[in-house]
Amino acid sequence: MNRVIKLRKGLDIRIQGVAEKNPVSASPSETYALKPIDFQGLTPKLSVRPDDVVKAGSPLFFDKYRPDILFTSPVSGRVKTVLRGERRRILEVVVEADGKQDFLEFKKGDPLQMKRAEIIENLLKSGVWPFIRQRPFDFVANPADTPKAVFISLFDTSPLAPDYSVILKRKEKTFQTGINVLKQLTDGKVHLGIHPEKSDGSFVNTLKNIEIHAFSGPHPAGNVGVHIHHIDPVNKGELVWVVNPQDVLIIGRLFEEGRLDARRVVALAGSEVKKTGYFETMLGASVEPLVKDNVKEGALRYISGNVLTGKKIDPAGYIGFYDSLISVIPEGNYFELFGWVLPGFNKFSFSRTFFSWLRPRKTYRLDTNLHGGHRPFVLTGEYEKVMPMDILVMQLFKAILTDDIDMMENLGLYEVVEEDIALCEFIDPSKTEMQKILRDGIDALVKELG
Amino acid sequence: MKALRKFVDKIKPHFEKGGKFEAFHSTFEAFETFLFVPDKVTTSGSHIRDPLDMKRTMIVVVVSLIPALLFGMWNIGYQHFLALGEQVSLWQAFWFGFVKMLPIIVVSYGVGLGIEFLFAQLRGHEVNEGFLVTGFLIPLIVPVDIPLWMLALAVAFAVIIGKEVFGGTGMNIFNPALTARAFLFFAYPAWMSGDQVWVAGLKHGLQTVDGFSGATPLAEAAAGKIDQLPSVWHMVLGTIPGSIGETSVLAILLGAFILIYTGIGSWKIMLSAFSGGLLMGLILNLFAVNPYMEIPAWEQLFLGGFAFGMVFMATDPVTSSQTETGKWIYGFLVGIMAILIRVLNPAYPEGVMLAILLMNVFAPLIDHYVVEANIKRRLKRTKVSIQ
Repeated sequence: MNRVIKLRKGLDIRIQGVAEKNPVSASPSETYALKPIDFQGLTPKLSVRPDDVVKAGSPLFFDKYRPDILFTSPVSGRVKTVLRGERRRILEVVVEADGKQDFLEFKKGDPLQMKRAEIIENLLKSGVWPFIRQRPFDFVANPADTPKAVFISLFDTSPLAPDYSVILKRKEKTFQTGINVLKQLTDGKVHLGIHPEKSDGSFVNTLKNIEIHAFSGPHPAGNVGVHIHHIDPVNKGELVWVVNPQDVLIIGRLFEEGRLDARRVVALAGSEVKKTGYFETMLGASVEPLVKDNVKEGALRYISGNVLTGKKIDPAGYIGFYDSLISVIPEGNYFELFGWVLPGFNKFSFSRTFFSWLRPRKTYRLDTNLHGGHRPFVLTGEYEKVMPMDILVMQLFKAILTDDIDMMENLGLYEVVEEDIALCEFIDPSKTEMQKILRDGIDALVKELG
Repeated sequence: MKALRKFVDKIKPHFEKGGKFEAFHSTFEAFETFLFVPDKVTTSGSHIRDPLDMKRTMIVVVVSLIPALLFGMWNIGYQHFLALGEQVSLWQAFWFGFVKMLPIIVVSYGVGLGIEFLFAQLRGHEVNEGFLVTGFLIPLIVPVDIPLWMLALAVAFAVIIGKEVFGGTGMNIFNPALTARAFLFFAYPAWMSGDQVWVAGLKHGLQTVDGFSGATPLAEAAAGKIDQLPSVWHMVLGTIPGSIGETSVLAILLGAFILIYTGIGSWKIMLSAFSGGLLMGLILNLFAVNPYMEIPAWEQLFLGGFAFGMVFMATDPVTSSQTETGKWIYGFLVGIMAILIRVLNPAYPEGVMLAILLMNVFAPLIDHYVVEANIKRRLKRTKVSIQ
């Protein structure tokens, strides 16, 4: 780490309710669920039926087109329900824990001594593989591919994001094992993006087999996509793989213990939470024990993930596969008389069109109101102010909207996924559904590539 | 507020599909959202959104135009009584201008919004806010004595031919307000130029005191009467004849400050346009063969509609360059063309309007090359990584 890559473009959203940095205990969840909708482009096929008995590590479903990729139960117990949505699409596979936590045993050992094929097999069988995702497109990685590099971002700049230096404390050894696994999967390097101040230096300095890069600046400086763009960008035909820091731990524990040990620390945050904090829980756990009697009155939105990219869940819903954060914010279903002409002292905005610019440090209780109706693109140059990549956002979106595949490729659709343009969507005065449109564009491109 | 909301909720069903006034659905929606920011919540993507929407954006532009409007109203009265040789108070002058100005604004908004509502209903989408600005700009760039029927015709032309045929706000190629002005300029030149139109009443045979000329400084300059130019101070302050909103550079700069500070107007276009104008002025100074070309370059920036055009019209985000690099080039060329046309083409003393419309046409081309450059950078990266 010689130099810090300073990013200037972006925006830190000043939202209330950052999680306090103290561990909080809650009664363990009784049910756990895996949600196929957490995986982009996945067509799931069930391996179990309701009432089947499963162990921690038993497959619940698999990828129809890549049947090696298994999605396994984080706990031992009994399959309770398979929740289906429209057109019988599988939404959730729910397992009722028996409290004993019987594990299926997998191979353990030093990954640096193991062969690549052996490692991949171990990851696939245990259901740990889906923690590895590919860029472009954010799909679960294909075990037949060899990526040119692997990227991990050790800090999260998104609103209310958990602090990984809290979560990863004293877990250097397992993290290192995880890195060693990833090192074996690529011909290139394993890159770790850190923040010069926020990341725990003593933690980072112990790590080996890894390239360290420091990034500073407002959100999305912590996005792994931004790191890739500045270190080793993805061009057409190239692949990199990405893993979240907590999931590196799960990979590490697989090789240290020979088990799918899917424990995970989750931050509970948001203006509507009474007692915020960090909870040790398990992959796929229900949020019910965390939020019950711990939220304020009123219509609330529960989000697995952050408020920019997370998924809406029920108050008794489940933590998403890749998420380390539960956000609870107020719904915004109210009318506001002359809201668009009032001075707006209490409205957080990226622009200075509201007088909230008078108080640059105030934090806000932000709700889900759309604040206006959908319009065509009118303002220009706004998206670029929050996009720290050399990408012409509006032109890319016009290419997607006009179904111009060549232009989508040329303008950088290989380099962005939803989280990278989420800020553009936040600030957009035309209220365009940018994350949805981007995914439509990716789908069209993938279809074209065959 | 609750009573109002209740009332709106009560009459709302009549305007929905199948209701009595279904044909006015868009109109109703426009008025409802004018009163209330809707209760719609996010359903996909980001769960929270910036409170800035199109209405707020447009209202900020309108606010930035208010100094120019207020000054313009006062100046209408001031010029009128100056011509008469009468001394009046600030309020009398302002009131005279206000009375003159009100019908112009009413006609501009009435005709424009009427057409917008009609198109929104036909197309089945919400009424776009773009005309809030256009309808405010048009009264500021016409002479005070413009007959209202002419104005109505020009507004209708601008909205239909200038905007709606392309698909509405956000899709148009030409700045709609300038389209209206260009229409008037070419269809009714007698009402848009000369010495008679800029001061209220002159066209109708107002008896003026001796030695009063209603000509704009620009016209004086074009006629070679450089010695008759008002002092720079008058041009900055704006106590000169001209289109209603264009005279006061001070009021315009105040508007520019609002636009730049809020981030709604592009400072890049404004800065590069003024630089372009200055450079062209200097070049003309260098090769000066007549008194007009000898006017100091910086004074050119205060003359006529240059400042108004560069701050409020060239920066229209829809019709200007849409890329950041493109904005520098676009603005610079607008500035150059405005001074070039103004000084070297005696038929068109007001070069600003034509320069902006011309560059509106070229903006997509500029963007094309900026986009190509971005693509080339990306392709070059691929080649480097293969080696």
